[in-house]
Amino acid sequence: MSEYAVQLTDDLLRPLLKTSWRFWTLVVLLLGVVALGLGAFAYQVDRGIGVWGLNWPVFWAFDITNFVFWIGISHAGTLISAILRLVNAEWRRPVTRCAEVITVFALIIGAMFPIVHLGRPWLFFWLMPYPSERQIWPNFRSPLVWDFFAISTYLTGSSLFLYLPTIPDFALVRDKTTGLRRRIYGILALGWTGTTKQWHRLESAMQIMAIAIVPVAVSVHTIVSFDFSMAPVPMWHSTVFGPYFVAGAIFSGIAALIIAMASLRKFLHLEKYLHPVHFENLGKLLLMMSLLWGYFVFAERLTTWYGNQGSEMTVFWQTQRLSFAPLYWTMVTVNFIIPVMILSFKRLRTITGCVVASFGVVLGMWLERFLIIVPALSHKYLPYSWGHYRPRAPEILLLIATFGAMVLFYVLFSKVVPIISIWEMKIGQHPQLAHEHETADQKAAMWRTHP
Amino acid sequence: MTAMYGLFDKPDEAQRAYTGLKRAGIAPREIAVVSGEPFEAFEFSHRDHSMILFRLALLGGILGFLSAVALVRGTELAWPLVTAGMPIVAWWPNLVIIFEMTMLGAIVTTVVSLLVTAKLPRFKKSLYDPAVSEGKILVGVPAASDTIRDALTSNGASVVKTVEL
Repeated sequence: MSEYAVQLTDDLLRPLLKTSWRFWTLVVLLLGVVALGLGAFAYQVDRGIGVWGLNWPVFWAFDITNFVFWIGISHAGTLISAILRLVNAEWRRPVTRCAEVITVFALIIGAMFPIVHLGRPWLFFWLMPYPSERQIWPNFRSPLVWDFFAISTYLTGSSLFLYLPTIPDFALVRDKTTGLRRRIYGILALGWTGTTKQWHRLESAMQIMAIAIVPVAVSVHTIVSFDFSMAPVPMWHSTVFGPYFVAGAIFSGIAALIIAMASLRKFLHLEKYLHPVHFENLGKLLLMMSLLWGYFVFAERLTTWYGNQGSEMTVFWQTQRLSFAPLYWTMVTVNFIIPVMILSFKRLRTITGCVVASFGVVLGMWLERFLIIVPALSHKYLPYSWGHYRPRAPEILLLIATFGAMVLFYVLFSKVVPIISIWEMKIGQHPQLAHEHETADQKAAMWRTHP
Repeated sequence: MTAMYGLFDKPDEAQRAYTGLKRAGIAPREIAVVSGEPFEAFEFSHRDHSMILFRLALLGGILGFLSAVALVRGTELAWPLVTAGMPIVAWWPNLVIIFEMTMLGAIVTTVVSLLVTAKLPRFKKSLYDPAVSEGKILVGVPAASDTIRDALTSNGASVVKTVEL
């Protein structure tokens, strides 16, 4: 094995084989944050959903915002990874697994919220569309049932998309460990040895999965947007919502991926593998999505303003000038102005620059989901049906806990699974062998990644 | 069953051993090549190329599609609930469910096909050496003879081992 491959294996297996006190401190801290959320949830279950700030006419607020936000964040991984695999972008190799993990955990967190929102979560199985003896048959004309199918498909596909290329790495860890760990990794590796047939089947399967997962990912956020756009609520009933939501999801997803990669780079000392060029490339993608997001917002706002329908203009002015304006203009600043100002210039498109822009985008995209939901519900049609919404402690704690849970899952995952695909990195080490058919540009990009 | 294998440092040595074994009269399907990463540029990797997974994924997609049509149509006809003036069997909204189940069918079939065709999970003893994880490439056959040993050693095998499977 070459010196590079030995170093690569050692570096990427180090977090699995050695545990520092800092890891446990972080885990305990994050468990504390998650426990706060669980406590808030337990309180809500005990006292009823009235402990939230929800009140007529605003029956969807923080929880559905969280749902849409986390489903959006989930677009970071599988979609980006699948696209990069399909176009055979060499710089994807250290990025894909970091991204795919985000998808699975963000989907799990996001998909929890409809259950949390039920009020009686122990009856969650009523959501499942099976013909039951209670005669509550699924209504396939409801977007909420579409959600169930779309999220289940995406979660299943994303989990498998994450697991399959991990099998050879599990086999590697199996061979490097002893005792119980060896047995567990042996089971996860499914007896993988690395025959030519196994490699070929794995690569074919990944290609098919990549082809299949892209339309599924697009469909998921389109269907989440249908939860709103199918309803005759001012500012919701819009044909642009599908692509607008998908673009926003990819936008927030890339931002989350940049933050995750920068954290891994710093805390797991992966500077040799997560290079500035990866952040620069993702920064360019983030810039493109920021411009696309700005375009969608402009198109949506202009159409509403030009149409000048009374009910829509009420909601419109709430966000532009009245009570929601501070949140709205914060959103525009952190989603559009700051990312464009930072990422347009190569000199600022550094790791720090990308991370600063990404934190802004994550905040901005959460605000965007909130501003789609609450102003429209609180100012629906005639003034007698208007109302106010103010979040209460359980909702805020639940929101904070979701971020804690996401980081906790990510930290634990990177403790038990190599967070960068070792075998895929090794392939990238042999450009002259494995990539004879690539263009000069692709080879040059790869050599920048693995000098 | 007795098997013999050699461990190689480089893929071109493994390729030479593979060719040497073929010249010694061993059928290509009998020769196992095991590595810690795929080597697509070498002939020994090409013999297992097949489109079977793509065909099975398509079949899975068709099965998913048919199941979805049966589920939505059957359910709607069995419980004819009028919703928002839509027909009982409303194909526009049903298309969403049909699309998702079609893709799910293709995805699940791909994974099941991968496991079946790659013979996974496999927990009984097979031709393998933990040195593969160290970067070695294993070339072996489920037989042992001096001819095989010569083909392996003359092409650069750093170690040749005989094992019982």
